[in-house]
Amino acid sequence: LSHGSGGRAMAQLISGLFHSAFGNEWLARGNDQSAFDVAAGRMVMTTDGYVVSPLFFPGGNIGSLAVHGTVNDIAMAGARPLYLSASFIIEEGFRFSDLKMIAESMGEAARAAGVHIITGDTKVVERGKADGLFISTAGVGVVPDGLDLSAEKARVGDRVLISGTLGDHGVAIMSKRQNLAFETEIVSDSASLHDLVAKMVTAGGEGIRLMRDPTRGGLAAALNEIAQQSGLGFRVQEEAIPVKPGVAAACELLGLDPLYVANEGKLVAIVAPEAAAAVLATMRAHPLGCDAADIGEAVADDHHFVQMATSFGGGRIVDWLSGEQLPRIC
Amino acid sequence: MSRLNLAAPQNPVEVVEIRFRGRVQGVGFRPAVWRHARELRLGGEVLNDGEGVLVRVQGERAIIDMLVDRIAGDPPPLSQIEAIEITAYAGVLRDDFAIVESAHGGAHTEISPDAALCADCARETTDPFARRFRYPFTNCTNCGPRLSIVDGIPYDRAKTAMSPFAMCADCAREYRDPSDRRFHAEPIACHACGPKAKLVRLDGRHFTFEQFSMLDDVDAACSLIQKGEIVAVKGLGGYQLACDATQADTVRRLRKLKQRDGKPFALMARDVDVIRRFCDLAEHELVALTSPAAPIVLLHANGPEHLPDEIAPGLRTLGFMLPTTPLHVLLLRRMDRPVVMTSGNLSSEPQVTGDTEMTERLAGIATFALTHDRRIANRVDDSVVRVVAGGPRLLRRARGYAPAPIALPRGFAKAPDLLAMGGELKATFCLLKDGAAILSQHQGDLEDVATFDDYRKNLSLYAALFEHEPTAVIADMHPEYLSSKLAREHLAGGTLPLMEVQHHHAHVAACLAENGYALDGRPVLGIVLDGLGWGEDATFWGGEFMLADYVGYTRAGTFKPIPMLGGVQAVREPWRNLYAHLMAEMSWAELTMNFAELELHSYLAAKPRALLDSMARNRINAPPASSCGRLFDAMAAALDVCRDAQSYEGEAAARLEAMVDEKTLADEDEALAYPLTIPNLAGTGLPYIEPLAMWHAVLGDLILKTPAPVMAARFHKGLAKSIAAMTRKLAGSPEDGERRFSTVALTGGCFQNRILFEEVVRRLEREQFTVLSHARVPSNDGGLALGQAVIGAAHLMK
Ligand SMILES: [Fe+3]
Ligand SMILES: [Mg+2]
Ligand SMILES: [Zn+2]
Ligand SMILES: [Zn+2]
Repeated sequence: LSHGSGGRAMAQLISGLFHSAFGNEWLARGNDQSAFDVAAGRMVMTTDGYVVSPLFFPGGNIGSLAVHGTVNDIAMAGARPLYLSASFIIEEGFRFSDLKMIAESMGEAARAAGVHIITGDTKVVERGKADGLFISTAGVGVVPDGLDLSAEKARVGDRVLISGTLGDHGVAIMSKRQNLAFETEIVSDSASLHDLVAKMVTAGGEGIRLMRDPTRGGLAAALNEIAQQSGLGFRVQEEAIPVKPGVAAACELLGLDPLYVANEGKLVAIVAPEAAAAVLATMRAHPLGCDAADIGEAVADDHHFVQMATSFGGGRIVDWLSGEQLPRIC
Repeated sequence: MSRLNLAAPQNPVEVVEIRFRGRVQGVGFRPAVWRHARELRLGGEVLNDGEGVLVRVQGERAIIDMLVDRIAGDPPPLSQIEAIEITAYAGVLRDDFAIVESAHGGAHTEISPDAALCADCARETTDPFARRFRYPFTNCTNCGPRLSIVDGIPYDRAKTAMSPFAMCADCAREYRDPSDRRFHAEPIACHACGPKAKLVRLDGRHFTFEQFSMLDDVDAACSLIQKGEIVAVKGLGGYQLACDATQADTVRRLRKLKQRDGKPFALMARDVDVIRRFCDLAEHELVALTSPAAPIVLLHANGPEHLPDEIAPGLRTLGFMLPTTPLHVLLLRRMDRPVVMTSGNLSSEPQVTGDTEMTERLAGIATFALTHDRRIANRVDDSVVRVVAGGPRLLRRARGYAPAPIALPRGFAKAPDLLAMGGELKATFCLLKDGAAILSQHQGDLEDVATFDDYRKNLSLYAALFEHEPTAVIADMHPEYLSSKLAREHLAGGTLPLMEVQHHHAHVAACLAENGYALDGRPVLGIVLDGLGWGEDATFWGGEFMLADYVGYTRAGTFKPIPMLGGVQAVREPWRNLYAHLMAEMSWAELTMNFAELELHSYLAAKPRALLDSMARNRINAPPASSCGRLFDAMAAALDVCRDAQSYEGEAAARLEAMVDEKTLADEDEALAYPLTIPNLAGTGLPYIEPLAMWHAVLGDLILKTPAPVMAARFHKGLAKSIAAMTRKLAGSPEDGERRFSTVALTGGCFQNRILFEEVVRRLEREQFTVLSHARVPSNDGGLALGQAVIGAAHLMK
């Protein structure tokens, strides 16, 4: 792809690519915007930028990730995602075939999730102004009647449920980016979680206080954020946290704590204790929640700490990181 | 006035005010003054005030001088007089002598360290005819609990863990009688009115006492220990776990249940005679053991008898203490063998202080607990002392030492009141108040939830005890230290300015401060041999040569920066440092070509080298660190004294030190010490210690099957030699005129290594450098807060 391609040919080439990949009635109209009917009730809207490197990784690429990420941000409100927009910033010289592949997996991810990418934009920028390809997606969704998930609803004694193993995405990306050869290939968990969420909401109802996708900063960042917002602390059990053996071995070698590693197809739910068993069973019955686990509980803590319980009742503080995982040992 | 007139002209009566400064409050100082003044028939009064003790007397000058001499010559055991000033007093005094109430409400300097049972109380506790025979909580103004029982100020019984115990008439009489040793001893107690010890079973089963001959519950606990049981003991500042140290299987069982892999256990012995069977005692060691602080003293295990290896695996030192409380004295009375007396906790947690926690946490370890009904208000761990280079040095400063103020050097009298947060491991904090530093007791590693809770609780406690309102807060620069984050967050909503101090500069400043180095003194060379600290260039430092004063520093030399493969994993697993060190000096092909026959080579060959190499190459969680500690780790891994993983912080270095062959150290030709050179770093031009030649020599020695103890000695000597060479280089030769510095401050955790320390000191002193080092404050991160505080003060007074 070349820069400055306000030219007709290039514009047509690109729009042709997206039209065929995303193929839907809204795009087909060719407007700069798309109109759609609004459902009665509460809607959610979200936006996110994707700058992942490498663009292709085991288990997905930037395109599928851009769909999953935005769908999940909508789903974390308990909402059903409806429409997405997508904006592409492409570095001059980017391979058309790669773009095509990315667009196709985006379309595929959207179809699988039952959402439509109904508007978009592309810009090709000079070499060096972007790193291959950046994608920005926004999305809207509708929240079922009466559902209002929020951190303030969390109470002492609530259970912390996680939908599956931790660290798969972050380690997959890192191994691909740095060409690290691990014994077993580690595949990103990138996936759309709204269907899992819908079933959890049916099972748990009001008992579900809130959900969060532990992406950047991993479960540690997500729980610290919730702790801060809810004014509570969390205490999780080390041995209850599911981590794939391959990921655990990789983390051990790399000296990374899987709690801090990114996930793209996992959610953490804070659930009232009386609803926890039903929600957990529902999660485990779903293909995206088969490794789901109850990993701990909300506790009263004026410092809003997240702590990792050791097997004998002690605990270590799992704090926010201001940057990388830096040793604090002297 | 009229009394003045009564004086005979040849023996004029004077009225003077005598000021005593130092540790003179809460140590029975006023009653001592009272007794002496009464004996000398002097009139006047004695009181505590914000500056210490004030005595006002009238009498003939010669008699007054006699009073001062008697007080100074025989001060109360726990006191420490730092200054005596005598000035004329213009007021009116009474004829008799009285102790009057404090001049101000707070008397904030009264909180003193806990002190071991004094000789007088020990005698009473073991005298069958005394009122306190076998009373486990006997104390007086010269001994007993202080910091461990205090809840707030003013320091009186109501604000301590003794508040639920109403004094009986006998105790009340002693408490009120200025001539009694227990005058105003707040924790005063006896069988009739005080706390009681109780033996409980933790497994819920009933006692069967028939098997012991039993005086009381304490004595029964002794029988249990003799029989090979592990007993939880409620000590002064926390629960302990006790068992017979001579029974290897019991010690092994304790180690397993406590999940404590290799960290040495502390020992307690009834008296020094028991200790002498296992360790030769040098004079300083004896003094430290029997001091009121009664710390754990690390002793050379070179006595005629031996304890099982399980006590201190891989080490040649034993940490002994004497009984610290009457409870311990009574417990060990019939025990002619050492007992393990380790902190009552599970590995890496702080020792348990609460009775409920004890039953929750320790029931799986101990079947019995010797407990009591006096609450432990504040966790205070056992202090640790080691005699090195002829003097006692604190490795852990807690029971018996904290919170005694540390006088600050000249120039700091007007220092603003500050709070310094300390580091992350071995955390302490430090208050600057009235020109003195109050360093908190050792609290442990902040990542542990209970330790961090204690740390925050103690911040509030100390603020209250010392009526401290800081004008600024000082913290380490590390982005992730919990203490620094607490300071940043705590301040985000407040108004206090925050200053962040470089880790190793703080180490140097701590060393200067404890040595009384004046604020306006010339810059010194700080040699900081440390594990890791965050550097100003956002990399890890840990082997630093700094031209420094209190205000600032320049980094003049360093250790070679080597990537820590896997960040924190490199600290846990010494072999990673060996691999990183070797690969920084040679290729794998080179290593294979020359040293393939070494066991070390096949060990490393089995590691995922491709992955490690790309971590190093691509800087994936492989932060470079100029660390002395990691060099020790690498060497320990090379000699296979500690290779796969360390089970406690500093294990590799401790085992390496323990392995050193003393004869090689003393007698072998210097030329055989491993060579470390001092080239300059590319880029910055900073001189650094280059271990390339050393590694070649090490690998060569391994090929020759040189015994590891000889190699360990050559390593220590070589390292000390290179440190002296670096110092020389940085000082410039005397022929060029004046050296750039004449004083060297040795600090950082690696200087806890006795051999390295002594070798470095010897070499530097031989070259006429004045060497400053740590004694009263740990050289490890436990001393960091003091350094932070004085750096902060120096900046604010600029
Ligand atoms: Fe340090
Ligand atoms: Mg987002
Ligand atoms: Zn006493
Ligand atoms: Zn009494």
